[in-house]
Amino acid sequence: MDNIGTFLSVLAQGLPETLIATVGGIVLTILLSFAAGLALLAPSRPLRVISRIYVEGLRGTSEVVQLFWLFFALPVLVGFEIVPIWGGVLVLGLNHGAYGAEIVRGAIQSVPRAQYEGALALSLSPAQRMFRVILPQAVVEMIPPFNNLFIQLLKSTSILSFVFISEITRQATQILVPRFNPQVLQIFLLLLLVYLVLSLLITAGMRALERVASARLGRGPSPGAKRLASTGGQG
Amino acid sequence: MTQVWDWSYAFAILPSLLEGLGLTVLATVLGSIVAMILGLLLAVLRQGPPVLAVAVRGFVEFVRSTPLLVQIFFLYFVLPQFGIVLSALTVGVIALGVHYACYASEVYRAGIEAVPRGQWEAATALSLPRSRVWTGVVLPQAIPRVVPALGNYVISMFKEVPLLTAIGLLDVVGRAQEAGNTYFRYVEPYTIAGLLFLLLSYPASLLVRRLERRVGTI
Repeated sequence: MDNIGTFLSVLAQGLPETLIATVGGIVLTILLSFAAGLALLAPSRPLRVISRIYVEGLRGTSEVVQLFWLFFALPVLVGFEIVPIWGGVLVLGLNHGAYGAEIVRGAIQSVPRAQYEGALALSLSPAQRMFRVILPQAVVEMIPPFNNLFIQLLKSTSILSFVFISEITRQATQILVPRFNPQVLQIFLLLLLVYLVLSLLITAGMRALERVASARLGRGPSPGAKRLASTGGQG
Repeated sequence: MTQVWDWSYAFAILPSLLEGLGLTVLATVLGSIVAMILGLLLAVLRQGPPVLAVAVRGFVEFVRSTPLLVQIFFLYFVLPQFGIVLSALTVGVIALGVHYACYASEVYRAGIEAVPRGQWEAATALSLPRSRVWTGVVLPQAIPRVVPALGNYVISMFKEVPLLTAIGLLDVVGRAQEAGNTYFRYVEPYTIAGLLFLLLSYPASLLVRRLERRVGTI
C-alpha cells in the first residue's frame, strides 16, 4: 500500500486532460443538443432533415470509430491536424450532442399542449413562446437524463487514451502498469475510484441545478426553504 | 499527393473488415446473453433481504459510474495475477456482460416495479411458493415490457465492442487499425468501419422503436 502516493500523483498528472475533455465535452454537448434538438422540431424541413442525419449518423456509429476517423482519416482529407485534446473534446461533444438532441426534443414535446396554446392566446411571439414558456418547463425535465449523459461522457474520456492523450486512464496503463506490475489491482481500483468520485460530483451538481430550476418554476420549495424545513422539522 | 479514396484498396481490405465485424457481432451476442441473465439475477436479488439489496445496489452504481474501458483493463491485467489467463474475447465478453448487466438490472427493476401490487397480493393469497410467484406471475408480465429497453442496450454494447481493441481483439476496428498501419492509408478502413456500424445499428434501432410502439415503454 506504500505506493498509493506515487499512484495518486501520476494519476493527478492526467487529471487536467480528463477534466478539460469532460468540461469541454459537456459544454459542446449542451450547445449541440439544444441546436440539434430545436432543429429536430423546426418548421423548416431541410433543417429537420439535416439535424436528423446528424443525430442518426452519430448515434449509429461507434464513438471509437468516430475518434479514429477524426484523428487518422480527417487530417488526410483536409490537410491539417487538430490539437489532440481539442479533437477529443470535439468527438465527445459531437457524439453526446446527438444523444442530447433527443433528450431536448423529448422534453420539449412532453410540455403539455395547453401551455403552448396558452402562450398563443396571450399572443406571445414564437421566440417568446419557446424561451419564456416552453423551455423553462422543458429544462427541468431534461436535467436527470442530461445527468446520465454527462456521466457517460465522463466515462468516454477514457477512450482518449487511444489517441495518445495523457488522461488518467493512459497515465495508469502506460506509466503505472509497466512500473508497478504486481500492484495492478490497487492501480485500477484507485483509477476506478477517481472516476466514481468525478461522476458523483457531476450528479451532485446536476441535483443542485434541478432544485434551482424546479424552484424557479414554483414546483417544490426553493433551496433556502428546503434547508429551513429540514433543520426545523424531523423529516 | 495520392487520391483521397482508393476503391481497389477499399475492396482489398473489405474481407478482413467483414471478418472483424463477425467477431464484433459474436462478442455482442455473447455479451448480451451474459448481460440479460446476470442482469435479471441482479434485479431479483435487489428485491431480496436488505443487506443483499444494498450490496447489489452499490455494485450496480459503481459499475455504472466507471468507464467500461477501465473495467476491461482491470479484468485483463488483474485476473492473470490470480492465475486466471483468458483470451481477449473471453475477457471482453465478461466485461461487456457485467457492465451491461448492471444497466439491464435497472431496466428489469423498472419492469418488475411496474407489475401491479395486486398481482403480488393475489399470488400470496393463493399461497404460491416464492419461486412460483417470480417465474409464474411477476416475470412473465415484467419481461415483455422491458424488451425494447434491453434491445437499446444491445445496440449500445455493439458500438462499445471496439474498446476491446485495447486488449488486442481484432474486431472490425482492430482490423481497420491493422490495415491502416500496414498500408498507411486510414481514410478507407475507418470510413468503411463506420459505415458497417451504421448499416447494422440503424436498422436495429428502427426495429427497437417499432417494438416500443407495440409494447409501450416503461
